Amino acid sequence: MLSKYEKELLVTIWEKMSLRAEDIGAEALLRMFTCFPKTKTYFAHLDISPRSPHLLSHGKRIVLAIAEGAKNINTLTTTLAPLSALHAYQLRIHPTNFKLLSHCILVTLACHMSDEFTPVAHAAMDKFLSAFSAVLAEKYR
Amino acid sequence: MVEWSDTERSTIKSLWEKINIAEIGPQALARVLIVYPWTQRYFGAFGDLSSPTAIVGNPKVAAHGRVVLGALDMAVQNMDDIKNIYTKLSERHSEEFNVDPDNFRLLADCLTIIMATKFGDIFNPEVQATWQKFLAVVVSALGRQYY
Repeated sequence: MLSKYEKELLVTIWEKMSLRAEDIGAEALLRMFTCFPKTKTYFAHLDISPRSPHLLSHGKRIVLAIAEGAKNINTLTTTLAPLSALHAYQLRIHPTNFKLLSHCILVTLACHMSDEFTPVAHAAMDKFLSAFSAVLAEKYR
Repeated sequence: MVEWSDTERSTIKSLWEKINIAEIGPQALARVLIVYPWTQRYFGAFGDLSSPTAIVGNPKVAAHGRVVLGALDMAVQNMDDIKNIYTKLSERHSEEFNVDPDNFRLLADCLTIIMATKFGDIFNPEVQATWQKFLAVVVSALGRQYY
C-alpha cells in the first residue's frame, strides 16, 4: 500500500533518474553482477563489462520501464502486462533475481541521492520495487 | 571458515574507520523499523514507534542501534572468528528474544543502504560486494544457534 505522498515521491525520484537512465541502470546491473555472480548466467550471451553498450542499453531500458511504472502505480498490472509476459514466457528468469536487482537499485539510488534517500523514500521505493517485481512474476504459473 | 583476501580486509577496515557508530547505529535500526515495519514486533517496550518521525526521534531506538553496531564492531575486529564471537549473542536472540533470524538480513540490507548514502562513489560495486560478503558472514553467524 503506497500513500498519495509516497506515490508522488516515487514519480519525482524516477523523473530525475530517467534523465540519467543509462548510468543508473547500468550501475545497478553491474552491482548485481558483482555482488551476486550467479545473476550473470542470464547474460552469458552478452558483453556485460563495465560501460559496455549492452549494459548501458539494457540498464536504460530497465530504468525507463520502472519510471513509466512509477507514473502509473494504480494500473501497474496492465502497464506491465507485456513485460510480464516477456519474463514469464521468453526470458524465464528465476523470480528471486528480481529481489537482487531491486536491492542493487536501492543501493544505486542511495549512492546518488545521498541524504535525500531518506528512510521514508527508502521505504516507498522498496514497496514499489516489490510490487513491480510481483507483477513481473505474475504470469509465471 | 570464510577466507578474506588482503583487499577485502582493508576494504572493510577502511569503511569502518570512516563511520561513526553512534550516528550509523541509530539510523540503521530506525530504517529497518520504518522500511520493514513487522520488525517492530520485537520492540514493544520501546515506546512510540507510530511514525517515521517518532522512530527516528525515539531515544531507545537510538540507544539500541548503538549497541547493535557495537556488536558489529567486534566482528570487524575479529574477522577470522566471527562464528565464535557471536555464539552467545545468537543463543540469546534465539532462546531469549525469539527473533526470526531472517530479520538480521533485513537489518544488514538497511545498513548497506546507509553506507551507500554516506559513501557515494566510494561505495562502488566491488566495495559493495565485499561489504555484503562481510555482513552475510555476520548474519549467518547470528543465525547459527537456532535449533
